[in-house]
Amino acid sequence: MKKTNIFIGIVIFAVLVTVPFWSVVFSPASGAAPEVSLDTPVINQLSGDDYKCVEDVEWMRAHHMDLLNDWKTEVVREGNRVYVAEDGTEYLASLQNTCFECHSNYEDFCLKCHTYSEVNPTCWECHVEPTVVGGAN
Amino acid sequence: MEMNRRKFLKLGTAAVAGVGAAVVATNPAVAAAVDGAYKEAANKRSDVTWGMVIDMNKMDEDTLNKCIEVCHKYHNVPNIDTKKDEVKWIWPETFEHLFLDEVHEKMSEKYKDKTFMTICNHCEEPVCVRVCPTKATFKNAQGVIGMDMHRCIGCRNCMAACPYGARSFNFKDPRDYLDEINPTYPTRMKGVVEKCNFCSERLAVGELPLCVEAAGGAIVFGDINDPNSSVSKTIAENFTLQRRTNLGTKPKVYYIV
Amino acid sequence: MIEKALVKRTSKSYWAWIVFLLAIIAVGFAAYIYQMTKGFAVTGMSRDISWGMYIGHLTFFVGVAAGGVMIVLPYYLHNVHEYGRITVVGEFLAIPAIIMALLFVVVDIGSPMKLFNVYLYYTPHSMLCWDATVLPIYLVLNLIVGYSVLQAENKGVKYGKIVKTLAVISIPFAFSIHIVTAWLYAGLPSRHYFLTAMLPAKFLAGAFATGPSLIILICFLLKKLTGFDAGKKAIDMLATTVAYAYTATIFMVVCEFFTAFYSNVPGHKAALQYLYAGLHGHNQFVPLMMLFVVLAVVTLLIMIPRQTRTNYKLLGFGCVAAFLSMYIEKGLTFVIGGLSETPFGEIAPYHVTLPEVLIIVGIFAIGILIASILFKLVVVVKKDMDTGAFPQEDRAGLADRYVAEYNAANGIVVEPKAPKAVEAVETEETKAE
Repeated sequence: MKKTNIFIGIVIFAVLVTVPFWSVVFSPASGAAPEVSLDTPVINQLSGDDYKCVEDVEWMRAHHMDLLNDWKTEVVREGNRVYVAEDGTEYLASLQNTCFECHSNYEDFCLKCHTYSEVNPTCWECHVEPTVVGGAN
Repeated sequence: MEMNRRKFLKLGTAAVAGVGAAVVATNPAVAAAVDGAYKEAANKRSDVTWGMVIDMNKMDEDTLNKCIEVCHKYHNVPNIDTKKDEVKWIWPETFEHLFLDEVHEKMSEKYKDKTFMTICNHCEEPVCVRVCPTKATFKNAQGVIGMDMHRCIGCRNCMAACPYGARSFNFKDPRDYLDEINPTYPTRMKGVVEKCNFCSERLAVGELPLCVEAAGGAIVFGDINDPNSSVSKTIAENFTLQRRTNLGTKPKVYYIV
Repeated sequence: MIEKALVKRTSKSYWAWIVFLLAIIAVGFAAYIYQMTKGFAVTGMSRDISWGMYIGHLTFFVGVAAGGVMIVLPYYLHNVHEYGRITVVGEFLAIPAIIMALLFVVVDIGSPMKLFNVYLYYTPHSMLCWDATVLPIYLVLNLIVGYSVLQAENKGVKYGKIVKTLAVISIPFAFSIHIVTAWLYAGLPSRHYFLTAMLPAKFLAGAFATGPSLIILICFLLKKLTGFDAGKKAIDMLATTVAYAYTATIFMVVCEFFTAFYSNVPGHKAALQYLYAGLHGHNQFVPLMMLFVVLAVVTLLIMIPRQTRTNYKLLGFGCVAAFLSMYIEKGLTFVIGGLSETPFGEIAPYHVTLPEVLIIVGIFAIGILIASILFKLVVVVKKDMDTGAFPQEDRAGLADRYVAEYNAANGIVVEPKAPKAVEAVETEETKAE
């Protein structure tokens, strides 16, 4: 086989393998982080010490999926339906009955970030997002 | 340096593994676990084994329909009317079908065709749990046979195994067959198996199953291991039957006929 | 070595065949996408018959894969030299068969993206888990052993010791894949057609009839297409294996009938009545089962007498009959028949749908594609190295022969060229003779 052919093959392979990297670099949407909305009736009524999420906001931003993953196992399999947060507050461990109580704006909250980071969680195939039933707004 | 193919492959594997380990170690999203603790709801009753007696003297068709409607509406059970694809947690079945081993040729049509309430038996020795390859179907501490929909792969082994026909598979997208969705309970996706869960979401917070409440006395529910519970007393005082006891599954649903 | 399947001795008809298979696979794949988009409602399966054609085919092809052991076992454990030339056929037959079996599981899974939960939450008390364990192991063993044996042959050396060890290890795995598949059914209470201790034995016997009969047919086909000769002794011994295994299978089918009908227990009779005669007005499988009975009789009549069994025209016919009859009994009707009586004592009918058929045909095409490539490889390697397998020499070979004959006739002595390769098995055979 000719050396040039081998070289061309290597280049094509390298370009294809690195698609995830350069596609992000050249994508127009990259860089601009989405603004998620906290403007829901329930959150607007919270003030002072009550104005908080289940755990620390920074932690929730990075780990809400871990928390939900944990909840689903504890609730469904172990029957432990009450989650005691680090600060001692107790929550009913439920996506539909606790998270959506405050975050009743699925499209401006969950979806925005998920679209930006191109993740497609399968939660919504079963769990009813507020918009489906009209929501709390 | 001399580099033959084997050496190159070895080096490559080590390099990839090293980079992978570094990514895992430095990425907070991968490294951290959940910090909080869990506990049972304050009003939940532990150390019980839930069982049910269905009193067919009191369970008329209207009551049964009420039970079905309340249950199916609350649990977002789709209303698919083709027999092939239907999904049901509670449904009517004739005595002849339900107790097929007890029926004899000359039994009066009046008794053969009497409508009975049919529901998952929450067996003490459940075949469905035995065959499930992922533990998606499991027996919880209170003896309830639960289903972890997150885990069900839809292999339908449990349906072939269940001697009571208690299980339904989502042959279609269930949301297309729901008039309204109860926002406090999930729906299912197509491709998973489902069945009655003895309302474990209600038992966990100290409430009775919906059908028991809807039946207004026709269903007695409680701890079958406690001889003083109303359900144990009902079983002790009445002539009760269970479905297909010869299979060793030990159902926890009893019928007063 | 694998490149030999692609470039060496490839004819236009070979490529046309490959393209044809790829087209069928594409149609099957489209049908699968349709099934996953619309849901399993587009198949014939129902709330009552939760396993249908797919799991039936899984069962049958696990049997085909296990059947290859009827060559592998005598060769590696009992030194039956006659099989030396075709052990690789047995090993390579198992590969497409297991891949097909696994694909039939995958297309049957309602939520395939969660499929690996089977390994993530490994549950030893589920027979399905054991199926998911032994099938891939058997596949890998056959890939390694088959490829190594052929590779060694290609290079003209004897395969390594480790290959023989792996081949011997693959023998119990061949048995286990079908035993585990049988236990998938044989442990379900209330399914009387399944609930029989006879099942694993019946499955294995059936497999040892279908596998070897398919190998005989493949050998016939290879001979016709490429001139590859498996050897008369090997074919005769395989035919004897089919005769014994098939007779044992039919004996066990008869045993099932005896127990059901002599005991007269309705539950035991129901599935047999439904399949063979019709029950509660449902008789959709009766014609198929009658075909099974006819094919079974034909097979027994051809395979048992020595005169008919060694007549290769009749033998080919008998092998087709054996294979088809087991395909009907195990692949098409076993699973559906066993589930047809519902827990409420009714008979649930099963109507196969077009998407289901297209998916099944697509998986057949995948299996045949893999088999075509593998057997092409076998033939090319054998043709290059094993002149004994090809009594009809090439044109190039003929030239060599004419030169040799000329030299011999004229008393010219030429130093013999070092042989390009000597097949290990061949030398062993010569030694034995």
